Amino acid sequence: MAISAEIPLTGIDAASPGESTLSAGQKLALKYFVAAMVLFAAQTVFGLLAGLQFIYPDFLFGVLDFNVNRMVHLNAMIVWMLYGFMGSIYWLVEDEAGTELVGPKLANINFWVLTAAVTVVVLVYLIVQVGDGTRASIWLINEGREYIEAPRWADIGIVVCTSVFFCNIAATFMKGRWSGISGTLVLDLIALAGLYLAGMFYTTNLSVDQYWWWWVVHLWVEATWEVLVGCIMAWGLMKTLGARRRIVTTWLYIEVALMFGSGILGLGHHYFWIGTPEYWLGLGGFFSALEPIPLVAMVVHAVYDAGTHGFKSNNHPALAWLIAHAFGNFLGAGVWGFMQTLPQINLYTHGTQWAASHGHLAFFGAYATINIAFIYIALQHWRGNVWMSGGLPDGGWKWKWSLGLQCVGVMGMTVAMLIAGYEQAFVERAAGGSTWGAFFDAQTRPWFVQAMQWRMVFGVVTAAGMAILFWDLLTIGRDETRPAKQVPDPEAEPAAAG
Amino acid sequence: MTDPVWWASENFWRKTAIFVTAFMFVILIFLTFHSMSVILAGSEAERVPAYSVINHRVDYRFDNERGMFRPVIGEEAPLFGTVHTEAEARALVDLGKLTVQAKNCMNCHTLYGNGAYYAPDLTKAWLDPGWGNEQSRETLMLMFLTDPVTNARTYGTGRRMPDLGVTEEEARGVIAFLKWMSAVDTNGFPYGFTPLPQGGD
Ligand code: HEM
Ligand code: HEM
Ligand SMILES: [Fe+2]
Repeated sequence: MAISAEIPLTGIDAASPGESTLSAGQKLALKYFVAAMVLFAAQTVFGLLAGLQFIYPDFLFGVLDFNVNRMVHLNAMIVWMLYGFMGSIYWLVEDEAGTELVGPKLANINFWVLTAAVTVVVLVYLIVQVGDGTRASIWLINEGREYIEAPRWADIGIVVCTSVFFCNIAATFMKGRWSGISGTLVLDLIALAGLYLAGMFYTTNLSVDQYWWWWVVHLWVEATWEVLVGCIMAWGLMKTLGARRRIVTTWLYIEVALMFGSGILGLGHHYFWIGTPEYWLGLGGFFSALEPIPLVAMVVHAVYDAGTHGFKSNNHPALAWLIAHAFGNFLGAGVWGFMQTLPQINLYTHGTQWAASHGHLAFFGAYATINIAFIYIALQHWRGNVWMSGGLPDGGWKWKWSLGLQCVGVMGMTVAMLIAGYEQAFVERAAGGSTWGAFFDAQTRPWFVQAMQWRMVFGVVTAAGMAILFWDLLTIGRDETRPAKQVPDPEAEPAAAG
Repeated sequence: MTDPVWWASENFWRKTAIFVTAFMFVILIFLTFHSMSVILAGSEAERVPAYSVINHRVDYRFDNERGMFRPVIGEEAPLFGTVHTEAEARALVDLGKLTVQAKNCMNCHTLYGNGAYYAPDLTKAWLDPGWGNEQSRETLMLMFLTDPVTNARTYGTGRRMPDLGVTEEEARGVIAFLKWMSAVDTNGFPYGFTPLPQGGD
């Protein structure tokens, strides 16, 4: 996996302002990004609908019930983030491999097949909604398992499409050159795809069901996705700041060691109460409590790199979103996850709005942010590698406001749900003994009711930020004539190491 | 270019990353084999009961020795008045599980505390005091599942369960599934839960 820097980069980054000369992989990446943003919008719309139903339970009752809205909210999220990752990888693969994409035509067909499948799945969710208690329903309509509801036919389609994607990427690196980043990336993609298979079977036994279901959900977001964004982040820091390759690669390995070292057995924090043996209380509690450590390391790394380069980046919006990613990941996953991860605490917080609070900040902070950052990197080149640092024509108010509104909005929703979760932990779990009566008792107390209202207020703030984001993505750099700011060459070793 | 000290070198951390990942994964595989043998329905560990547990009374009591609540399987108390063989019980619970998935229950409710937070946890739904008593429970559950809108009890929230088109047969399966689930040893979750009066209570 040594880096052989002799192979020249052909056609990439050589554009002059105003004309875009994108490679095949980069053109493909743009398609993925567009689809991702459409799904992001859908996620938000259905989140707002579901949130409204907490306040007005009769709203769309019997038409689009809460479970339908929530399922679309979650599936749109998972799929847009995967699209974002795939786009990002298509974007960087040729640059990182130093050669052209192996099968651009196949990749293009693959994109359309996948997108058509996603569309059909969503339409079936919305129109058919539920089936009868037969295996056919699970194969054709929905699997009814949170996050991986996609019916089995779609599971198989997803596996085929991601395999095509994977082969294309791996073959491109094989044709060109390998690096620490691409080696880690490819191995991680194998694990990520392999884990999906763990969610593709039916069993009567709910304990066995949830055991493997968490393999997909947890080992994705707290292991393989973290490492995937670690790779993307490493490349992003080299491109936006000119961070040195040797430094980012070493950091990447440290993060992999810490993340897999804690996250793999940290899986145990989902095995406290599903029928699995008692030893998971200790194991899961201990290892998951270590999971914030790599997230701290990532913050240190990002801020240190940005600091040593005096925050002089060629792409201010992207760098800002990368920093938001580092902090959001640490806060949402590290701090909010840690809060409820010890079994002594989780016994009371489990299955309350506490989890939803953590879920929002973690998914937004860790994964929405970095995808948006990457889209800005891509847009800059699409516009012809134009200036995107300080001193934008309109002062860059759009990207600043959209970043600010979305961060404030998600943080506001997170805090509202945390308060609701606290109240549930006391009233429903600790005092009420978790009966149905206790559940509804907790749902009707002022702390809960008001929290749900504040969640809507901040949900609208988030949606406003997102609207401005789309506006900015469509317009930023359009009339720009200055070329991008030059950053140091990441491959160059400084004369004297500091 | 000076070589960095060993603990800051790329090579050292690459090897560490590979070793740590492989090591943790091997441990996970080992524990998975063990956990799978324990949570097999009806295994000797008695954490996850055989499906024929639906022929018995299920209770939930504090176990002083373990310092946590756990299910207590009692005398014979057949579901819908019929004693089921293990195979029949399995088929019934299976119908229930398929229905729970096909109707997307988990995107409003939680099962073992996992799922959505719009509606109550179902882990101990079979034992919920809301069903009144042992005599009325099965009838009320059947009525509710097959027509949740008419039989809604919203406890002042206005939140109703939608009519998901659950047939009576499916509802019986769901009830069997819920009864089986309530008999699973979940390490004391939920804490402090008091079941509805059963038997001599
Ligand atoms: C970016 C990384 C992460 C994401 C996206 C994420 C997301 C989520 C989501 C969505 C849930 C709710 C699952 C459900 O619907 O039942 C959840 C649960 C949980 N997460 Fe995370 N998480 C992340 C990292 C972490 C970390 C690092 C920790 C621990 C330090 C953690 C601890 C937990 C715990 C304990 C639960 C269970 C909550 C419950 O008992 O209901 N998470 N996570
Ligand atoms: C735009 C405003 C949003 C609103 C109003 C909203 C609303 C909701 C609602 C009502 C739920 C169901 C919670 C429950 O079961 O009680 C939910 C779940 C969820 N949402 Fe959102 N959402 C919004 C944005 C987002 C964003 C931006 C993300 C992440 C990028 C996100 C990620 C999630 C996750 C991971 C869950 C599942 C949580 C769990 O099961 O613990 N949402 N959302
Ligand atoms: Fe987890």
